Amino acid sequence: MSKLIVTNVGPATSVQDAGRFGAQRYGLTPSGAMDRLALATANTLAGNPQFAAAIELGPFGATFTAQDDPIRFAVAGASRGIKIDDRPLPLNQSATLMPGERLVLGTAREGVFSYLAVERGILGEATFGSLSVNARAGLGSPVPRPLQSGDRLDVRAATDRTERAIAALPLPTDPIRVVLGPQDDEFGDAVETFLAGTWTISATSDRMGYRLEGPVIRHPSGHNIVSDGTVNGSIQVPGNGQPIVLMADRGTSGGYPKIAAVIGADFGRFAQTPPGRPFRFAAVSVDEARRAAIGFAALLRDLPSRMVEVTHFEFDVAALQNANVAGSAVNAVDAGTWQSETPQDQQP
Amino acid sequence: MAAEFLPPRILPSGDSAITVEFSRRIDDDANRRVLALDRLLATRPVAGVTETVPTYRSLLVHYDPLQTDFDSLASRLIALAAQPVTDANASRHWRIPVAYGGEHGIDLDDVAKMLDLTPDALIARHTAPVYRVAMIGFTPGWSYLSGLDPSLELSRRLEPRLRTPPGTISIGGVQTGIQCIAGPSGWHLLGRTPVRTYQLHRDPVFLLEPGDTLNFYAIDAATFDAMERAAEHGDVVAELVAS
Repeated sequence: MSKLIVTNVGPATSVQDAGRFGAQRYGLTPSGAMDRLALATANTLAGNPQFAAAIELGPFGATFTAQDDPIRFAVAGASRGIKIDDRPLPLNQSATLMPGERLVLGTAREGVFSYLAVERGILGEATFGSLSVNARAGLGSPVPRPLQSGDRLDVRAATDRTERAIAALPLPTDPIRVVLGPQDDEFGDAVETFLAGTWTISATSDRMGYRLEGPVIRHPSGHNIVSDGTVNGSIQVPGNGQPIVLMADRGTSGGYPKIAAVIGADFGRFAQTPPGRPFRFAAVSVDEARRAAIGFAALLRDLPSRMVEVTHFEFDVAALQNANVAGSAVNAVDAGTWQSETPQDQQP
Repeated sequence: MAAEFLPPRILPSGDSAITVEFSRRIDDDANRRVLALDRLLATRPVAGVTETVPTYRSLLVHYDPLQTDFDSLASRLIALAAQPVTDANASRHWRIPVAYGGEHGIDLDDVAKMLDLTPDALIARHTAPVYRVAMIGFTPGWSYLSGLDPSLELSRRLEPRLRTPPGTISIGGVQTGIQCIAGPSGWHLLGRTPVRTYQLHRDPVFLLEPGDTLNFYAIDAATFDAMERAAEHGDVVAELVAS
């Protein structure tokens, strides 16, 4: 046994796995990783089942130390500086943290969320089959809240094996695909405005919802509908005409009309879109979305076959530069804006 | 033609859920059909369906797109929705204690004024009906009830509150509800119940089921405190009456 100690951490860092499904009918939010492909990549490198619980880092940095025994880990998702003490490491590669060493993760540069997976997983007690943190409902393990400095996580000692790497696939920059509905018919011509528009994500977004900034989406029939069910990626339009995309910590029902939903295959890629970067939506049919889901499942399935053993340490100039540029600062001012509560996003 | 026999609208919610919409309004018949379809899916599982979420006027059916596809699931759901509607949960009725007004329901006096009622008359009208749990959603245990006295209909607050207390009993529009955990709300707060509709490590974790019926009865602050302590230790506090 070993301990992974959180010595410095920004907000929006929490233990997440595939999520907590099966009780949405009682209002229980699924939670779970915002980017499942990145979670699966980190876990594959660490030798774990793909959706084992890992530490999800938001845009900010974090520092950890190992106590007692060596800990094998891997980081995937948004690129950021990774260092063990002063040794830079690349993303998408496993490594071993020796007792007393410091693992320093910088702020996210491309994307928003990274996953720190630990070999043989984070140990905790599952509720409704998941360790995912849902602070509002007091759920999550080993702590039912985002991580804080001083937290000590039980993990298992590293096994004796070589380190592994997976070459990162380039992230597509195509429009985010959506299936229109279920209330798209209430929006009339505004559906065209929605699909033609260039959008950015507001800095006041969080795991519950991403607020969009772009053209005003009007809905002639008023912005209050009778509450109905939501999915990951539901795009609801409140009275101000600026859509909100419901994310992993969404309420299970909502009372604003929903113009469309981001397809499952693009949900993680959408979640990784940093605030301020322009993007567009593209409507696809349910059949096209299903083909994309099958393709995404194949991408997950093929992760292990893309993994290579790292037999010797290669001097990685890019990683070194990244680590030096990024540093490990946790910017409390930015943290405040990104983490701000978004209570108006959803109403009962 | 009665609404009961109209086929529902089948609407995509992304690529892994279907909204089966029986009505666009709050409609008791529609909600009965929602709950009946929900029970059918529970007793006769359909391949690929992962979970269902009943709401006032629609059933959200989550599915795994790797195991089924929209068209085949849609036709299955239409066939099931055409079956006769039965009320299976009719025997579960709850009596829910509520401490109205004062610190427990900070909007009670204002709401009474807006409706031109005395606070006591407002409480009487809120405790009179038999409500049905139309849906549970938003946050764990948040139970939306149908059956509010139409004379108590009131627009939601213009400025939603960022935090309203656990156990809040409130009204908003034509709806009334039981909120379990603290959270934001734009509804009007009439009182609080010590009953926890969601409590981890209690059996059952979720007290109410969609389709259950209930009525409220008024308790004083001292009774609330005593019941709250009992609830903390896992007592259900609500009374289950066979009807």
